[in-house]
Formats: sequence, structure tokens, C-alpha cells
Amino acid sequence: MNKRMIIEMTGQIVRLESILLLLPFIVAIIYGEQNCYIAFIAPSVISFAVGSLMVLYAKPKSKVIYAPDGFVITALAWTLLSLIGALPFVISGEIKSYTDAFFETVSGFTTTGASILNNVEVLSHATLFWRSFTHFIGGMGVLVLLIAILPSSSVRSIHILRAEVPGPTMGKLVPKMRSTSMLLYIIYSGLTLLLFIFLVAGGMPVFDSIIHAFGTAGTGGFGLKSDSIGGYSPYLQWVIAIFMILFGVNFNVYYLILLKKFKSAIKNNELWAYLGIITLSTILITVNVSPMYNGLGESLRQSFFQVTSIISTTGFATTNFDLWPVFSKTILILLMFSGACAGSTGGGLKVSRLVLLYKLIKRSFKTMLHPRSVEVIKLDNKTVDETTLQSVSVYFALYMLCVATFLLIICIEPFDFLTNFSAVVSCFNNIGPGLSQVGPTCNFSEYSVFSKWLLSLAMLMGRLEIYPIILATQLFFSERKSKV
Amino acid sequence: MNILITGCGKIGTTILDDMVNEGHNVIIMDENQSVLTSLTDIYDVMSICGNGANCNTLKEAGIDNIDVYVAATGSDETNMLSCFLAKRMGAKHTIARVKNPSFSERDIKFMKQQLDISIILNPEHLAAGDLFDILKLPEAVKVEQFSRRNFQLIELKLKPNSLLSGMNLMEIRSKYAAEYLICAVQRDDSIFIPNGKFVLHGGDKIGIIAKDTEIQKFFSYLGLIKKQAKKVMIIGGSRTAIHLAQLLLGIGISVKIIDKSDKKCRELCDLLPKATVICGDGTEHELLLEEGLLNQDAFVTLTGVDEENILLSFFAGSQNVPTVLSKVNSDQLSMLAEKLGLDRLVSPKRATTDVVLAYVRALSNSRGSNIETLYQLMDDKVEAMEFIVKSENKLLGVPLKNLKLRKDTLVAGIIRDRRTIIPGGNDCILYGDRVVIISADKKLKELSDVLA
Repeated sequence: MNKRMIIEMTGQIVRLESILLLLPFIVAIIYGEQNCYIAFIAPSVISFAVGSLMVLYAKPKSKVIYAPDGFVITALAWTLLSLIGALPFVISGEIKSYTDAFFETVSGFTTTGASILNNVEVLSHATLFWRSFTHFIGGMGVLVLLIAILPSSSVRSIHILRAEVPGPTMGKLVPKMRSTSMLLYIIYSGLTLLLFIFLVAGGMPVFDSIIHAFGTAGTGGFGLKSDSIGGYSPYLQWVIAIFMILFGVNFNVYYLILLKKFKSAIKNNELWAYLGIITLSTILITVNVSPMYNGLGESLRQSFFQVTSIISTTGFATTNFDLWPVFSKTILILLMFSGACAGSTGGGLKVSRLVLLYKLIKRSFKTMLHPRSVEVIKLDNKTVDETTLQSVSVYFALYMLCVATFLLIICIEPFDFLTNFSAVVSCFNNIGPGLSQVGPTCNFSEYSVFSKWLLSLAMLMGRLEIYPIILATQLFFSERKSKV
Repeated sequence: MNILITGCGKIGTTILDDMVNEGHNVIIMDENQSVLTSLTDIYDVMSICGNGANCNTLKEAGIDNIDVYVAATGSDETNMLSCFLAKRMGAKHTIARVKNPSFSERDIKFMKQQLDISIILNPEHLAAGDLFDILKLPEAVKVEQFSRRNFQLIELKLKPNSLLSGMNLMEIRSKYAAEYLICAVQRDDSIFIPNGKFVLHGGDKIGIIAKDTEIQKFFSYLGLIKKQAKKVMIIGGSRTAIHLAQLLLGIGISVKIIDKSDKKCRELCDLLPKATVICGDGTEHELLLEEGLLNQDAFVTLTGVDEENILLSFFAGSQNVPTVLSKVNSDQLSMLAEKLGLDRLVSPKRATTDVVLAYVRALSNSRGSNIETLYQLMDDKVEAMEFIVKSENKLLGVPLKNLKLRKDTLVAGIIRDRRTIIPGGNDCILYGDRVVIISADKKLKELSDVLA
């Protein structure tokens, strides 16, 4: 391991956060919220000092980042980012306990959108902005941002991106890492800006539009109102629903569209599977919930919005879907597991993994019948190599094991099974609201301190796709053991 | 620039390494996914799994945006075909590796013209050329040619008791008057671009630039002159061996090639009727001695196995064969071998990548002075470049002593109308000159970059 490089990169991340913290400070100035000034300036100064110290201390002899370093950097960066990002909530006094503030921040960076706040509407503009801004940063990834702005930090930064960007394989858009990261951020920001324009055009106030654009872009789900998007006009709901789908699509598709390679863009198997799942679920739920709403139009809108919100792992809501029939609720739970496309800002298992798992199952049936048959699995007309296939099935097993472990521990809490189950699934897949007592109109404030830390861990593991957190912990302990 | 490299073997990877270090956008293509995976872990490049001679794969790689297409797979035919396709599909320049020794120079020229290929690389042929130059001037470690062999750059390892040891360059110059310039010194791992006050030590590796005749003069002052090799023994009938033998036989040097395989030996006989071909195991000392190792002027190991080459060279060295040369492909091994005392090592891939590097560097500079040749010396830490001054430039007409040059950079030679000049402070660069620059700062793209 290259420890000095780990310290340097983590220090850079911390320093980057000090700059990010200045944006909500500007918001505080605009709205004249003087009690918030110190809440953002102090953490900003602290993180700048800490980050600079780390960078100064590090002075790495070699700039090479090996695979384990990539995992450790990612895990450390995200943890530190959340630890510091929680400070403004506590200093401003808007969230009293640090645990709650940490939960809220992790929920923001991991684009979960699960909240412990009973009443969002009392928060100051600056804090609301920070909460949603963490979605925007966490959505595309903070290390991607760092690589995009740092001039060629290391030759092997691919190991960092691999640990941070979700999906079974990491595909570059252009040969250079830095240009790839920049392009991703340009596409991401461009789409966000487009959404913002659509929202403002639809009559949403500017500040609300910014907040919701961030929440949708990162597929996060923090809003301004206790009833989430329910209070806005149907037009705005449609716009947000469609953009939630868009942000759940692999960004490589947009790059291909930008290059006018439409043919290769629509050849994407995952995209079609993703759209297929959305269509099918929407139709099923529309039929199932139609007695609850006036007319087909409204039930279609409600079910479409909820489906897109859950599958893209955003977690906005326009209606209390906890009151829906069990059939519809089960569909939503299943969608929570599926998640969005690889290489998007969404969480979950990722549709491409589901497609590969489906093909693996099909192949195993065939080999049962024809033991000597040889078959390769193709995705986007390209053969997927066996190591990737193996890693997908292992990831699925690991994923289920993690859900089970978290569920077992969280069930110590005195809530009903559905509450605990949906809380774990929703946090682990970075969605936000669950069902029953953590449903769209409720929040996570009832959980104990221990459970909040546990769920924060679940969110981080879910966002970084499990491996970085586990491997970093494992490396940490094995290093310590070797020292003793 | 956008560069696409097909075939990631030894040659492809070395070119890739150079191109990434130069900061180009590189895409690599290979049919073996695991090779690509391990390379993308190390280098910041994009990879595409596929065959370079397939239009669809080329299209996927965005061939119309590619500035330089390099085909370095193991198959000559694939390389030529894929270069042809790439050129037709929009690649601006193509470079093909062609290694079959049965192609004559005329064949190569014809194919190059017909297929519109910018450079046809033959690593083994280039390596053979390097070996040939050293054999002609056996006291040097490495010999490079500039300006169609007008100028030579010679690397020389000073013996601990060398006459030059302890002298500074100004003293050396006044004592041994000839037209030459000591332009780079390597001591252990550090590189110096020396000025007049620099003091040489025994054990230094020095780079000397001079005309052919002047070099002989300088060497005779130093008592370094050995007679040109007359009898050369080559172990291993590789392609490099064939090329080298052709060159040596061409100037009347007797060549003996030893190879294990009977089939290979027959091929060698067919291609090299004048050479003595021995079928036997070159690693057997008995056989070597029997075949007259002790009477040879030079011993060249060119088997496909680096380790074998190194060990055999040690054996020949211990038998006091005057000149021992070996081909070592792996950089790590050649560094080790050099530490252990083998200094005359040649690597086909290095010779190749120098050519590619020079070509790409010349392309990336759009203005005026073009890089004609480029060599990497002293374990690739120093570059020697030959520029042709083709446009007006603020350097022109200014005496060199008035120019403020970049650190570790030296104007080492000027060629004007076939006349070679070792420049002093009063010389100036003129329009149409060829200028040789030595630099330890590996970023020079054009002549005006030498200014600080």
C-alpha cells in the first residue's frame, strides 16, 4: 500500500469540501441568515486546515495508486466527507445531536434522502441548500470531481474511479481519466441545468427549483416540504419523474448521443431492460391503484412518479404509497432492489447486473439439459468475460448477505417487520423512504442512536457497492496486526 | 494527439508507455482481454477488445479521429491490412510493424507506397543496425547516427584508469584537439549535461558527438582503438541475427551462427549462403570453445531468452572475447545486467520506439523546425534530437553564447551544406541547418523550445 498517497488524496478531498462548504455560505448571505454564517465558515476553515496539513504531511514518494489504495481512499474520503459535512447542522443548532446530523449528511452524500427531521420546513435556506447540494456532489461522486479538477494526480487513478463509480465494469468515455471525469461532470451539470430550466418554466420558485434539481440529479430525494413533491402541479411532477428516469440511465449513453452515435446508444441492453421494467411496473400499479384516484390520468401519474422515483433510487413522493394495496407495495419493494443503470447516479443492484444474472440463470438451465453445451453471454452484442460474470454472481450473494445482516441487527428495534425491512432495504439501496413507520410521510427519527449509525453504514456501503468499506476495514486491521 | 495502438505485445507496450508519458490520448486494442485489463490498470488509456483488421472494431475506436495508428501485432499481414483499412477510414498517419526478414528493402518500399503507410517498422532490423554500428566501432557501448551517417553519437564507458579520469572538459579539449563534444555524462543514476568545468571520473558513461573520422582520431589519442571486428560469432538464429549477418557479410566480415534447431539452420543457410551455420546448443560451453570462441573478435547473443543471452555474455566475457554484445528485451533485466558489468546491450523494442517517438513528436509540432531523428541515451534519460530549421525563428543568426538555453540542454552539433560543425560560443544557427540538440528535459518538440 502507498500510505502517503492515500493521505494525500484524502487530504485533497477534505480540502475540496472546504470549498464546497462556501456555496451554502453564499446562500446564507443572499437570504441574510446571519446565524448560519459561522455554521458554514467554521467547518470550511477546519477542513481546509486539516486537508492542507494532510497534503503537506503526505509528500508521497511515488504517485502510484494500487488497487487496495483505491478502496481505502474511497472509503476514507466518503467517511471523512460525511463527518465534516455534518458539522454545519450541529453548529447552526438546526439538528441537535451529532448522530442525527451525521445520518442526515450520509443520507445526503450517498443520495439516499432518508431524513430524521420531523419538520423540514423550519430549516434555514442555507442548510436546505447544503442538504441538497450533498446529493449533487455524491451523485456523480466526489472523487470523480477531484480527478476532474486536479491536474493528473496519479497515473493509476482508475483504481479510485473503479471503487467509486457503480456498476460491474467501469468503462471510460475517452482515453484519459481526467477528461472522462470532466465529461461526466459536464453531462451531469448540463442535464441538471436543463431540469432547472424546465422547473422554473413550470412556475416553481427559483430556490425550490435548485433544491429539486439537485435532489433529482443525484437521485437523492431531499426536498423542502414534508409532503415532498405532492404539493406541486402535475406538470412539475411529470418533469421530475422523467428526469428521474434520465438520471438513472448510464451516462455513457448520453456521451454516445452527444457524439451523434445514436445507433450504438440505443443498442444498450441495459437501457431497454430499465425502460421495460418501468413500463411494466407502471401499468401493473396503475391498474392496481386506480380505484383510489379519480380517473386513469391521475392514477397513471401517481404510479409513474412513484415507480420512477423508486427505481432511480431517488425517493421523492407525490402520494403516501404506504396506503396502496399490498401488491403495489410489493412491486415497489422489488424495484428498490433493482435500482437504476450502471454508470448512472442511482443506487441499488443495478439493472445490468440483473440482466446478467437472468442470462446466467438461462445458461445454467441449458447446461443442465445439455451438459456439454458451450455458450457465451453477451451484453450489448459483446461477449462478457467469465470473470465479470463470476463477480456479478458473487456480488449478488454478498449484497443479499449484507441485507440479511443489517436486517438481523436492526430488528432489535421495537418496530414491526415491514418498518425494519423497508428501512434497511431503502437505506442500503440509497432510496430514502420505506414503508409503514418509515413511509413517505414519516421519517427515521424514531430509531435509536445505534441504529442510526448502523443505517448510515448501510447507506455508505450501498453507495460504494460494499467492497471499499469492507476491504478498507479489513486492510486497516491486518496492517495493525502486522505492526504488533 | 489521438493514438491507437493495435497489438499489445512487447513492442506495442513500449510504444504505449512512451505515448502515455508524452501525454497523448491513447487507445489500445488487442484480442486478449486479460492483456488489456492489466494494461488499463497501469496506464491511463482506453481499451477495446478486438481485431485491428476488422472495420467494425476500427469504427468503434473512432478511427476517423485518430492521428496516428500503430499496428504492432505479431502478424505482418494483419498489421499491413489494418494500416491500410485505418488509413482508408480516416486515420491520418499509420505505422506498421513488419518483421519478416524475407522482405527486401525494395519490397518494403513498394508496400509502404502502395498501402500509404507512413512508417514500416522492423524492430529486428533496427536492432541489427544498432549492433552493426557497435561492431564497427567496438570500443563504444552504443552508436547512433545522425544526418545520414554524417554525425555520430557514441556512448562510451570510461575505464577506472582512463586517461580522461580526473580531467575537466576544457583540459581534455586542449589536450586532445579534435572536432568532438562530450555532451552527456551518466554517473551511477544521475545524468549531467556537462559544461567546460565538469570533471570526469573513471566509471562514468559519456556521450560523445563527432564526425566519423574525428572519432577515430580522438580514440587513437586515448589509445582506445581496437581493430574492427573481422570474425563474429552469433548465438541464436533469430530474425535479428539474420539481419545482422546480412549487414556484416555485406562488408566482408565472417559470420558464424549457432542455433539449436535443425530447421532453423536450414533456413539460415538458405538466406545467408556465405555464413557458417552450426547446428548445436549455443549454451554448451564445450561447443562454443570447439567452434573457436577464443579466436572471435566479437560474440553476439541473440537467442529469444534474455536470461540465456546475459549468462552467455558473461561466459564469453570471462574467456576474454574482445567485444561481447547481447540482446536483452526486458528493461529490468538489462538494468541488472548493466549493474553486473555487461554494458553493451541492445533491445529491439527500444530501437523501434525511438523511431515512433521521433515521428509522433515531429507531428505534434505544427510549426517550422521538424524533428528528423531522435535517440534516447543513457538508460533513456537523455534525448538527442536532430532538427531541420525550415522557418524563420528568433534563434537564427544569434551567436550561441548570447542565447539563454533551457537547463540541461545543449546545442551539440550543426550540419550546414554537408559540413559538420561542433559549435562554439560564436557559431550561430542559420536557416536550412540541421541542428543536433542534447537534452535531459524530455519535452522538446521543436527547436525554439530550447530557449529558457
